[in-house]
Amino acid sequence: MVEAVARVQTEKLTALYGKFTAVKDVTLGFAANQVHALIGPSGCGKSTFLRTINRMHEMSIGGWITGSVLLDGADIYGPDVSVIQVRRQVGMVFQKPTPFPTKSIYDNVAAGLVLEGGRARAELDEVVERSLRRAALWDEVKDRLRTSAIALSGGQQQRLCLARTIAPEPEVILLDEPTASLDPQGTQRIEELMFELKRDFTIVIVTHNMQQAARVSDTTTFFYLGAMIEHGPTRQMFTTPTNEQTEAYITGRFG
Amino acid sequence: MNRRDRRRFKSNAMVALMIVAVVIAVLPLLFILGSLLVHGASSMSLAFFTRVPVPAGETGGGVVHAIVGTLVIVGIASLIGVPVGIGAGIYCAEYPGSRMAVVTRFLSDVMNGTPSIVVGVFAWTLIVAPSHHYSAVAGSAALAMLMIPMVMRTTEELLKLVPNSLREAALALGYARWRTTLSIMLRTALPGIVTGTLLAVARIAGETAPLLFTALGNQYLSFKPNAPMAALPLVVFSYATGPYEEWHRFAWAAALVLIIVVLVLSVAARLATRQRFGAARG
Amino acid sequence: MEMTDAATSLSRRAATVRLLTGGVRGDQLFRVVLTACALSIPVLLIALAVMLTRGASLAIGKFGLGFAATSAWDPVAGQFGAWPMILGTLLTSLLALLIAVPLSLGVAIYLTEFAPDVIRKPVAMVIELLAAIPSVVYGLWGMFVLIPLLQHAVFPLLRSLLGFLPFFRGAIYGPSVLAASIILAIMIMPFIMAVSREVLLAVPGSQREAAMALGATRWEAVRTAIVPYARSGIIGAIILGLGRALGETMAVTMLIGNRHEITASLFAPGYTMAAAIANEFNEAATPMHYAALTYVALLLFVITMLINAGARLLIWRVGRGSQGGGAST
Repeated sequence: MVEAVARVQTEKLTALYGKFTAVKDVTLGFAANQVHALIGPSGCGKSTFLRTINRMHEMSIGGWITGSVLLDGADIYGPDVSVIQVRRQVGMVFQKPTPFPTKSIYDNVAAGLVLEGGRARAELDEVVERSLRRAALWDEVKDRLRTSAIALSGGQQQRLCLARTIAPEPEVILLDEPTASLDPQGTQRIEELMFELKRDFTIVIVTHNMQQAARVSDTTTFFYLGAMIEHGPTRQMFTTPTNEQTEAYITGRFG
Repeated sequence: MNRRDRRRFKSNAMVALMIVAVVIAVLPLLFILGSLLVHGASSMSLAFFTRVPVPAGETGGGVVHAIVGTLVIVGIASLIGVPVGIGAGIYCAEYPGSRMAVVTRFLSDVMNGTPSIVVGVFAWTLIVAPSHHYSAVAGSAALAMLMIPMVMRTTEELLKLVPNSLREAALALGYARWRTTLSIMLRTALPGIVTGTLLAVARIAGETAPLLFTALGNQYLSFKPNAPMAALPLVVFSYATGPYEEWHRFAWAAALVLIIVVLVLSVAARLATRQRFGAARG
Repeated sequence: MEMTDAATSLSRRAATVRLLTGGVRGDQLFRVVLTACALSIPVLLIALAVMLTRGASLAIGKFGLGFAATSAWDPVAGQFGAWPMILGTLLTSLLALLIAVPLSLGVAIYLTEFAPDVIRKPVAMVIELLAAIPSVVYGLWGMFVLIPLLQHAVFPLLRSLLGFLPFFRGAIYGPSVLAASIILAIMIMPFIMAVSREVLLAVPGSQREAAMALGATRWEAVRTAIVPYARSGIIGAIILGLGRALGETMAVTMLIGNRHEITASLFAPGYTMAAAIANEFNEAATPMHYAALTYVALLLFVITMLINAGARLLIWRVGRGSQGGGAST
């Protein structure tokens, strides 16, 4: 069996808020071009863990880490590393849709692109259309690209945020409970997108909906009380978990 | 009348009293606006807006020197006060827990409560006394000092209303901190900040006391920032307290112009919040 | 195939490392600029206190704290005592509060608790407009409309009704302590109304509902449940109004008669600290005169600062106490 190359690798990663340890000593690899789900009860540290991968954790009050997070083998917490560049390589979609209210749909999608500057209008148009298509939003908004982004429905806004995140072509996309505030239709559409998106991106998704994890992911990791309890291919995790706690959580005995 | 009826009567009586209070409170406004129109409108002619005053005792002339003066003095004051106020407001919203922010917020309230004449004396001791002459700039400095806490407060409160999730989304996209603050957070709060700023400009445009011993006033039309300059509120004051009937009429007219300027700015301020698409609301 | 994989991952790594080390520098400059702006406030305030003290030093040196207690004000002889104007300031402000507070509270309570929308919105707008009128315009109107009215109708009436009190005796000139107090009352009303409204709106709805559920009439609910809850905030609003009144200059100086004297009669002219400064500063001829006036400004600054600080503390406490209140922590 060929071991897939890990796109993202954490080594002995511990994430803290001041003195409080939220994530303990996690060593974990995420292979390229797959969807990796992180599951666990509330407060188990899965979101905190996710946010260390794009260095958003340190934006929280008192947030810091020990250990390392490697992107293609390069430590993103290295001494010369620019946080901004890390975030351009690792994108994130949040639980609540957050389109920029003063920007149009077009400008929202292009928001990450114009940061680097120097792109011609025609090129921008092309990237915006491509991103919206990949987010399955193009047909719904192609006639009103210049209108306000907040006029869209919740599900549309979330797909807009997805388009915005993928437009600058990051290596990795992190999704923090992306469907938690959407209705079942919106949820389904986002889940469908993942099968296509993983061809071009590596996706790590935090979800407290186990069925969702079972539906969309290639690997699943179970977190509990800040520790990584078990990690493996999704089918195996859900049918024959090796750890008791994993089984208890999956069968709904707690959480 | 049983107990309950008495209580209800009392309740209605109190409400009636309150309505009387409302009427009494509203009356002065109607009275004042009415007086301004009655006494001031008759003097408003084209000449009034385009001529400078004539020697005492003669008729005719106008207040163009004061209109220009107010524009210049308030303009310079805003050039200083608005950016500094917004900058201070951004600081307090970005680093809210820091000692600097706590101190600044508190002292800005103190500044807000400082009588404007005290600020005028300060500007006098700082600028007028050492340079031995009155100047429009000294007046602008005093007005700017009055403006900064107002603009700072508005900016900070409005920035705080912008949801933090927007900041996170921008940062996650790879926006630098300064860019996030300016083009996402500040941009979103902008309509409200514009409103607050225009209201602050309207407030200082009507201030007289700080100008009494800084800009001093001037009978002639002047654009020189380093010399005494006329202003609408100063003109209202000196004409009202002067001996000539003609002057008193001019005072009413100048006051009417001043009120119109203040009201126009206030209305413009409200409009700024109304229409922009996507102002962060709810 | 493994070899190619390793080579690919190495070159990927190098590319990523290169990518990650691009820099962005704007943040430091940004913080510096913002800090400078924020610093301007404490710096200006301290400069104000320092410059005023320096400017007043001549007078502080000669008169000390007794300045506030002596009455003689003689620029020619170099004698300066600020007591009449201090008394005048306190008197006009307190009188103004006496008139303004009941009216303002009545309006504020009515607007927040009882008024239907169709009344509330226009009245709220009227209050805002009143607050926007410049002091000098109030003074103008006061001089030519209010004073004649008071002089010819109201004051004689008061004198005939209440002449047994020393306050309402004596000659009626027009410009007077009472006239100044009335215009002050009109000027601070919108302010007290606005702050009281904010405070009342911050009272949680549960208080109101609880009282109504017990069978209280609307008025009783207000009196027993809402006002007590908002009490310290309302007191704070009143004290803030006091602070405003103390510093008002133009309207007062145009209506008070500008006389350095104290008599019991409210119909007599008087002086306030702000009015004295406004009137005499440009006419001052000697350094001691300037110093005395600057000393008055310094005293005014200190008094208003203390009062405003106290008021803010009270209002802040109400905001902390209520749950969904408008205060931001």
